[in-house]
Amino acid sequence: MEKFTTFEGIVAPLDMINVDTDMIVPKQFLKTIKRSGLGANVFDEMRFRPDGSEIEDFVLNQADYRQSQILVAGDNFGCGSSREHAPWALLDFGFRCVIAPSFADIFFNNCFKNGILPIALPQAEVDKLMSDAKQGNGTVLSINLEAQTITRPNGETIAFDVDPFRKNCLIEGLDDIGLTLKKSEKIDAFEAERNQLAWC
Amino acid sequence: MSHTTLYDKIWQAHLVDEQDDGNCLLYIDRHLIHEVTSPQAFEGLRMSGRQVRVPSKTLAVADHNIPTTNRAGGVEAIEDEQSRIQIETLEKNCAEFGIDHIGMMDLRQGIVHVTGPEEGFTMPGLTIVCGDSHTSTHGAFGALAHGIGTSEVEHVLATQTLAQRKAKNFRVNVVGDAPDYITAKDIALAVIGEIGTAGGTGYVLEYAGPAIEALTMEGRMTLCNMSIEAGARAGLIAPDEKTFEYLKDRPRAPKGADWDAAVAYWQTLRSDPDAVFDREITIDAANLPPLVTWGTSPQDVISINGRVPDPATIDNEARRKATERALAYMGLEANMPVQSIEIDRVFIGSCTNSRIEDLRAAAKVIEGKKVADRVNAMVVPGSGLVKKQAEEEGLDKVFLDAGFEWRDPGCSMCLAMNADKLSPQERCASTSNRNFEGRQGREGRTHLVSPAMAAAAAIRGHFVDIRDF
Ligand code: SF4
Repeated sequence: MEKFTTFEGIVAPLDMINVDTDMIVPKQFLKTIKRSGLGANVFDEMRFRPDGSEIEDFVLNQADYRQSQILVAGDNFGCGSSREHAPWALLDFGFRCVIAPSFADIFFNNCFKNGILPIALPQAEVDKLMSDAKQGNGTVLSINLEAQTITRPNGETIAFDVDPFRKNCLIEGLDDIGLTLKKSEKIDAFEAERNQLAWC
Repeated sequence: MSHTTLYDKIWQAHLVDEQDDGNCLLYIDRHLIHEVTSPQAFEGLRMSGRQVRVPSKTLAVADHNIPTTNRAGGVEAIEDEQSRIQIETLEKNCAEFGIDHIGMMDLRQGIVHVTGPEEGFTMPGLTIVCGDSHTSTHGAFGALAHGIGTSEVEHVLATQTLAQRKAKNFRVNVVGDAPDYITAKDIALAVIGEIGTAGGTGYVLEYAGPAIEALTMEGRMTLCNMSIEAGARAGLIAPDEKTFEYLKDRPRAPKGADWDAAVAYWQTLRSDPDAVFDREITIDAANLPPLVTWGTSPQDVISINGRVPDPATIDNEARRKATERALAYMGLEANMPVQSIEIDRVFIGSCTNSRIEDLRAAAKVIEGKKVADRVNAMVVPGSGLVKKQAEEEGLDKVFLDAGFEWRDPGCSMCLAMNADKLSPQERCASTSNRNFEGRQGREGRTHLVSPAMAAAAAIRGHFVDIRDF
């Protein structure tokens, strides 16, 4: 997993609530047996007509936003299914950070496992970043995970919360399984006891 | 322990490690896998040279992408190449890593959340995960069950544990006597309508109260299934005699003295009388009308006697915009009566409502009647066992005589990954769980209802109040 420390990226607005995982990556693209390549399909049904041509007014089809790395969206982002194809598709497109007032649980978890930083902020702060994003013209935000701040184009900084453990994993690019395997002895002991139970 | 909830108890019994920062390692007793969210997990294991820690604790069955017609030729004959590759990949991965796999031609094949309970793989007090959000279904047995992503599938395969933080407790009390026509589906929609699709975020829901005790196991599975639609991590119902009755003699349930020991333990699995919940709501099942969704979120719930909402009356701007967008997508006018909405398709199936009780309820409504000319209707049983039982009861004949298609088991038009899907603008009365844009096919329009309501709509060609049917 790529390490995540600080970066500057173009910010795109997706001013909708309840953006669900079916919108992020429709099911016809779940037939792949790989993780990569899904960026071409991210937001497919909002981005392309059935004949494959682009829908001009969708944000990621506008020249200003084709290279976006940060997405600002409405409440309850990523609701719906557990498909990890959603963060894979966002990452493959180039997104490293999603900012919204709230996120669905499984999607939120899946982001961290793929090197994407989901940031939940109060609505008023999201509104500010949404208006920055709507300026287009290559507007960038800079994100400092170490300091837990977002810097706006006008220089204002917004602080955000992140679980310290997950923060560390992102910064170090740590693999979850490797971390857990360090606790193998505890798992062995727990399992040996649990396997004694008649119903396990 | 006292003052603890059912969720607290199951959580505590599975805690392998707890860091000071609240990050925990939870032991996973049962892992279900299917063809769509597992290939990249096995690829990950191979790339890092890791093994599956306890192959016997994982069970595989293909469902999402599997054809529901023309299966006689077996997996090699599946027409859609990508589907075939996914299904073959699951078979190969299971063979390579020593995981039990229920193949497409096996009578037990079905939707993973139907098959798990039928096999007795699902039991009270266990932790159960699957790379599918509707894993919450298994909470009907008093198991802590939830969906996980593919990285977590890999994590569970490699370590038999999951990194988790504890969720909060939310009790949904359902009181009152539910009349015959009010099903678990209506209760589920009522809960989501009440708390919204993000209302359960960060919580595990426990459903309790007389109306829950009165539900059959099938009904409890329907209700817990839709917990994820309320944003909850999982749904739970304390196990009781009905639970034990359902599980007794299932292939993977304990037998003899082990069974008795299991039941003795399972009987302890309930929230203490003085348990503290972070949030509680109460719903009166006696006063619920049959419910339908009008929009593109499962919280867009309305009475069968109601009217489609009018965005002009909504003050909150984000809500108003979402409502306008949903009405435009659904091709509905503000204020139109729900019963005037005409439908083109009916889908009876999915892990929400494809069990024998659901098929019986639908068959009872349509017996001796014909599907309206404008409607194409299909039934997709949840598993081969459900299909067989329905055929033994003659339900297939009832459906076929009425003009329904009678399919082989799978997810089918619940998510439209295989050939079963809506065409643009087609409108469907569906017993599934999600009405998102494009869920049942690009530009398709989904209304979520109970099996009986779907069946009645199939006959009339528009939504009808099952009470007047
Ligand atoms: S039936 Fe639908 S909701 Fe259930 S597992 Fe299949 S796709 Fe998911």
